[in-house]
Amino acid sequence: MKLSRSFLPPARALAIVPPYLWLVLFFLLPFLLVVKISLSGMQFGVPPYTPLAELEEGVLRLTLQARGYIMLFTDNLYVATYLNSLKVAAITTLACMVIGYPIAYCIARSAPGVRNLLLLGVILPFWTSLLLRVYAWIGILRNDGLLNHALMWLGLIDTPLEIYRTDLAVYIGLVYAYLPFFILPLYAHLVKMDMRLLEAAYDLGARPWRAFVSVTLPLSRNGVIAGAMLVFIPTVGEYVIPELLGGANTLMIGRVMWTEFFNNTDWPMAAAVTCVMVLLLLVPLALFQHNQVRQLEQR
Amino acid sequence: MMRQNRLLYWLVLILGFAFLYIPIISLVVYSFNESTLVTVWSGFSLKWYRSLFDDQVLLSAAWLSLKIAALTATAAVIIGTWAGFVLARMGRFRGFSLYVAMVSAPLVIPEVVLGISMLLLFVEMGSVLGWPEGRGAFTIWAGHVMLCMAYVVVIVQSRVHDLDRSLEEAALDLGAPPLKVFFAVVLPQLAPALLAAWLLSFTLSLDDVVIASFLSGPGATTLPLEIFSRVRLGLKPEVNALAAILIGLVAVGMALAHWVQHRRAR
Repeated sequence: MKLSRSFLPPARALAIVPPYLWLVLFFLLPFLLVVKISLSGMQFGVPPYTPLAELEEGVLRLTLQARGYIMLFTDNLYVATYLNSLKVAAITTLACMVIGYPIAYCIARSAPGVRNLLLLGVILPFWTSLLLRVYAWIGILRNDGLLNHALMWLGLIDTPLEIYRTDLAVYIGLVYAYLPFFILPLYAHLVKMDMRLLEAAYDLGARPWRAFVSVTLPLSRNGVIAGAMLVFIPTVGEYVIPELLGGANTLMIGRVMWTEFFNNTDWPMAAAVTCVMVLLLLVPLALFQHNQVRQLEQR
Repeated sequence: MMRQNRLLYWLVLILGFAFLYIPIISLVVYSFNESTLVTVWSGFSLKWYRSLFDDQVLLSAAWLSLKIAALTATAAVIIGTWAGFVLARMGRFRGFSLYVAMVSAPLVIPEVVLGISMLLLFVEMGSVLGWPEGRGAFTIWAGHVMLCMAYVVVIVQSRVHDLDRSLEEAALDLGAPPLKVFFAVVLPQLAPALLAAWLLSFTLSLDDVVIASFLSGPGATTLPLEIFSRVRLGLKPEVNALAAILIGLVAVGMALAHWVQHRRAR
């Protein structure tokens, strides 16, 4: 007898409905509100947006304003910012793959005792504040920072490299922050891999590189996709890292939305920026969702 | 060939872990620096720790953050365990895909999206229901619960899947009602996972800047908000001291967890 079947229809519904309702109320509804506010007008007052529907003398008036969206698509700055955010996220994801794959691979191929220790080493940074770890990079990347000191001491450069408050610093910060998110799901796939397949490839005369490309890589594909989505999706809207490490001209959509919201108090505009951001992320989000459902079903 | 591989193996691991850990180590080292210029070493000193403990603003922000984090973790574990159990043991039900989407989206969706959407919910609730009247610790807490719950669900769901079902089945066969089976058989087995989920939620809440920025109100400045407003202007040595203390606490906690696990294993 399964527990799921032992919960008869009324009990089963009682188990499912509360968390379901909770999620609808606190996740779905808020998002629909963002869509709603993105179509209202701006006003000075509390709240700083106009209502969509008004009942006046028995007449229901519905006012939808596409001002935010029109501005988004006609102002080149917004278009450039969206494109740049996607570019930054894509390059960050690629960098995480190039750096993270060998690390995950080496950990998965270590002896079991060492493996757990190394895995702990990857997880440990999660337990310390990301804000403080990103802050640490300011001290490393500044003109008079650790990195420039080290490079000059080694005699590799004569004048300090300008990294802090440039796009490069943002890339370093993003890769640093999201690398563990790429390594962990990939590691989970690599460690589960059936090593006999690799042995078979070797027995059939494959060279190590060939065996890797035709056996290991395809088998770890889902891990790579899962990790890539965990890096790509949040990076597109990242705010803290570009704000702390980037320059004034580092265009990221999260920062633009922040400015609209907090500095210009233009809530409808900020909501429109958010809606288009989520729209752009729909494909990666669907991919992520597909992966989650499949993982649940595979068990 | 083999030796070359060994070399490559160590090179990858050493470079990888250096990348992950040099920033953390540098924070701790520079917290003991005497100079006001954070990046120039001029001698050992504890003065930043002293100025940290005199900093009433930072300390009261830390106290508020600790309270919010503890309440967040507790609520997130309760709701997340329920939601995770439903995901793991209820099979497929109508609207299952939407459920999976809603429960796992906060893991990846940019925090600014979560922040603005939760804020608009509270503003609309305030104008329609008259509650909550303003923003503050309560709204930050609610936003954090939403974020942390997703992590709890992942942890609980995978742990429930690994449980030995025969125990539950035995209890059911012996006539225990399902709810009793959950509390007497399933929950005790989940205890270590729930502790881990609680601690992770606590850490996430203690670290969040973005959601708290949207949901905070006058008088509710959390520690990350205070740190963020200081460091966006550059380096602040007292923040290094604070970071070193937090890192020390995490290290001690990890060592303790490791020790407890080993003792139990023996």
